[in-house]
Amino acid sequence: MKHLLSAGDLDAPAATEILDIAAEMAAVSGREIKKLPTLRGRTVVNLFYEDSTRTRISFEAAAKRLSADVINFSAKGSSVAKGESLKDTAWTLQAMGADAVVIRHPASGAPHRLANWVAGSVLNAGDGTHEHPTQALLDAYTIRARMGRIDGLHVAIVGDVLHSRVARSNCLLLRTLGAKVTLVGPPTLVPVELGEVSYDFDEVLKDADVVMMLRVQRERMNDSYFPTEREYSRRYGLDGARLRRMPGHAIVMHPGPMNRGMEITPEVADSPRSTIVEQVTNGVSVRMACLYLLLGGKS
Amino acid sequence: MPYSKIVLTDADVQRVVDRIAHQILEKTHGAQDVVLLGIATRGVPLSRRLAERIRTFENLSLPVGTLDITLYRDDLRQKAVRAVGRTEEPAGGIDQRRVVLVDDVLFSGRTIRAALDALSDLGRPSAVQLAVLVDRGHRQLPIRADYVGKNIPTALSEQVKVRLAEIDGVDEVRLESAA
Amino acid sequence: MKIYIRDGVLVSKEDAAQTIDTEGLVALPGLVDLHTHLREPGREDAETVLTGSRAAALGGYTAVCAMANTSPVADTAGVVEQVYRLGQEAGLVDVQPIGAVTAGLRGERLAELGAMADSAARVRIFSDDGHCVYDPRLMRRALEYVKAFDGVIAQHAEEPRLTEGAQMHEGDVSQKLGLTGWPAVAEESIIARDVLLAAHVGARLHVCHVSTAGSVEIIRQAKQRGIRVTAEVTPHHLLLTHERAGSYDPVYKVNPPLRTTRDVEALREGLRDGTIDIVATDHAPHAMEDKECEWAYARPGMLGLETALSIVLDVFGEDWELIKDRMSLAPARIAGLTAGLEVGKPASFTLVDPSARWSVTPSELASLSNNTPYAGMTLPGRVVHTYLRGVPTVLDGKVQK
Repeated sequence: MKHLLSAGDLDAPAATEILDIAAEMAAVSGREIKKLPTLRGRTVVNLFYEDSTRTRISFEAAAKRLSADVINFSAKGSSVAKGESLKDTAWTLQAMGADAVVIRHPASGAPHRLANWVAGSVLNAGDGTHEHPTQALLDAYTIRARMGRIDGLHVAIVGDVLHSRVARSNCLLLRTLGAKVTLVGPPTLVPVELGEVSYDFDEVLKDADVVMMLRVQRERMNDSYFPTEREYSRRYGLDGARLRRMPGHAIVMHPGPMNRGMEITPEVADSPRSTIVEQVTNGVSVRMACLYLLLGGKS
Repeated sequence: MPYSKIVLTDADVQRVVDRIAHQILEKTHGAQDVVLLGIATRGVPLSRRLAERIRTFENLSLPVGTLDITLYRDDLRQKAVRAVGRTEEPAGGIDQRRVVLVDDVLFSGRTIRAALDALSDLGRPSAVQLAVLVDRGHRQLPIRADYVGKNIPTALSEQVKVRLAEIDGVDEVRLESAA
Repeated sequence: MKIYIRDGVLVSKEDAAQTIDTEGLVALPGLVDLHTHLREPGREDAETVLTGSRAAALGGYTAVCAMANTSPVADTAGVVEQVYRLGQEAGLVDVQPIGAVTAGLRGERLAELGAMADSAARVRIFSDDGHCVYDPRLMRRALEYVKAFDGVIAQHAEEPRLTEGAQMHEGDVSQKLGLTGWPAVAEESIIARDVLLAAHVGARLHVCHVSTAGSVEIIRQAKQRGIRVTAEVTPHHLLLTHERAGSYDPVYKVNPPLRTTRDVEALREGLRDGTIDIVATDHAPHAMEDKECEWAYARPGMLGLETALSIVLDVFGEDWELIKDRMSLAPARIAGLTAGLEVGKPASFTLVDPSARWSVTPSELASLSNNTPYAGMTLPGRVVHTYLRGVPTVLDGKVQK
């Protein structure tokens, strides 16, 4: 694996290998000494053009547990803010000897562009409204850990699919791993081009094994994607009543950060059927696995 | 002329494993604090066989674990990325236990060096010993085995191929010319 | 076949001062491009009137209509005369400036259309290209106003409220790539409105770079109803589709965007049956930094002048009558220019080797910019010589200035 740009780059064996390695990495994270010498001497640059402390910290912890040197390159307050182009930044990173660049960028496809300009590996940590492949991998890992499998499960992804990189990556990955994915939300926010769609949350949740809630930004209301927060919550929010109508074994996921009271109620978010905290923990293991597969061999 | 000769038959392998089991019992005065840690891949079935023999001989059940040293290798950058195997700590852990590492072939010593590093990240054993089915020489590090099934003098270009029933369907050790 | 010239005009054999043997080559009247961005004044790092003229001559063109979205905008007699003069100084093609419809392309009030028409540049085509004349009342007034000097409004049909932040054709590919979609309806709704406005005020309308099957259908119906509408299609919309965006390489970013195979087929059919009158390049040079970047930050547009004829040959084969009409006679008619190989016409023509094939290398193009979407492709047909009023501008594939 040279780059990880899209969840669609992974076939089932490749994705399964990442999850298997992540399980080994999780064991390391459970030990007193949470460190492996694997990537000693390798340099990982976190190139973040968007504020995302949680994702950056997760990648930083992953790289450090593998003994890589980590350079955090935040676009704010740097030459990037002064208008340096991505290509010029790429050359700078190249000159610093970056073996891998973890990039978070507001423009879809920016990681694909960067991959043309650096010799090292590029890992997409979220690009615009395109993809967020490590989020999908950690979600798949969490599902497998809780449910014992992914193949044959019915996963409902609920909310603002249109603007969601998490949804795009999960659609690709979970289908590759044999799950049935239904996208749920108002027609304005759920593109039919991405696969099976439903506008009726109550109908879908009856036989869902996994309900993945997406963050809905309040600003969408001003763009007329839906009339009011209250109407959105009523039709597509997950509350206690809906949770109780889900099958007893079904789990609730959310990539965070949550809008409590908007797409998910505190009762649901804090219930034992919610995997929200595990998702964060698993993020580090999955990112360790990805970094290992990108950097752990001959370059 | 390429060649491939059997240096240990299946019966030989059985006898060697029996002997190592006896030696472990003898050298550790009954193996009361011993845990066996098989190094992936073929060290794992060997460690299970040793545990099974010791149970037969002494009615003593030793904890067995597996150790995958891939993430500790010092030659990762020389080859394409390797698959990572499972590491399972033996029941009760390794702290204050006498750990016997088990591997199939002792060669340069680098695998054992990596295993020792991995071990120190897992915990703090009271002592570490090494049991191998075959020692073929050509050490590159100051490492020696405590229990050796068979010493086989080899040329550097030769290959020692260990096959075990659990993985390969047959027990045998071959010495082969370079591929 | 032989071409006879005297004093820059095509004459009969008896009157010839100069004879050109076209042996083995196909003679076409000089190609006319109704839609060229020459970038001067303002972005001389991307293209100048001179470099754009070179590219045009090498592409077999003898006239290009220069779009108004320069800096400053070509919305006054002064700017259009400047561009016109630069064209004459370059002397490789006739550079016919297009005037802006609204001052500063802002879509708020009309530019001095009459002053531009009366200027030395004799502007007849007006366009806010790059922006849609979106206000229906303003569009109506523009269509009406230019009737006084037989002008035509060339509309960039794009409903701006439906294309906010749009990056590529709205469809399965845009959804997969997470790029904001540019829906076909944003073009079609403006064209539908504009043909009705043109009918209402009895004016001429020209539709720039038609890109969708739906637009072709609307124009076809408008023509059947006798509405005075003409339309153009670009070479890239006749060949390329939205799947190209998959690499996120902004060399494929263009406005209107590359669309589906179904659209491409409808555009080809529309050009064949005359619903679409002409091929226009929408030659849009961009400096390196405006393309070597993230897709969303890149400027839209592609080079076209040097490849247009080859792309049309690639798509339609050696249908020389079609090429002659759609790339020379019809665009000249719309622009009020002269083209043709008949005796008495200016000796502006191009000679094409139909059997030659050539490979597109961006750095070898005459344009100052490199943003061709055809890099590495091998294309049929090569312009060997081009003449402008009897003077060679290209000889043996080499531009003369």
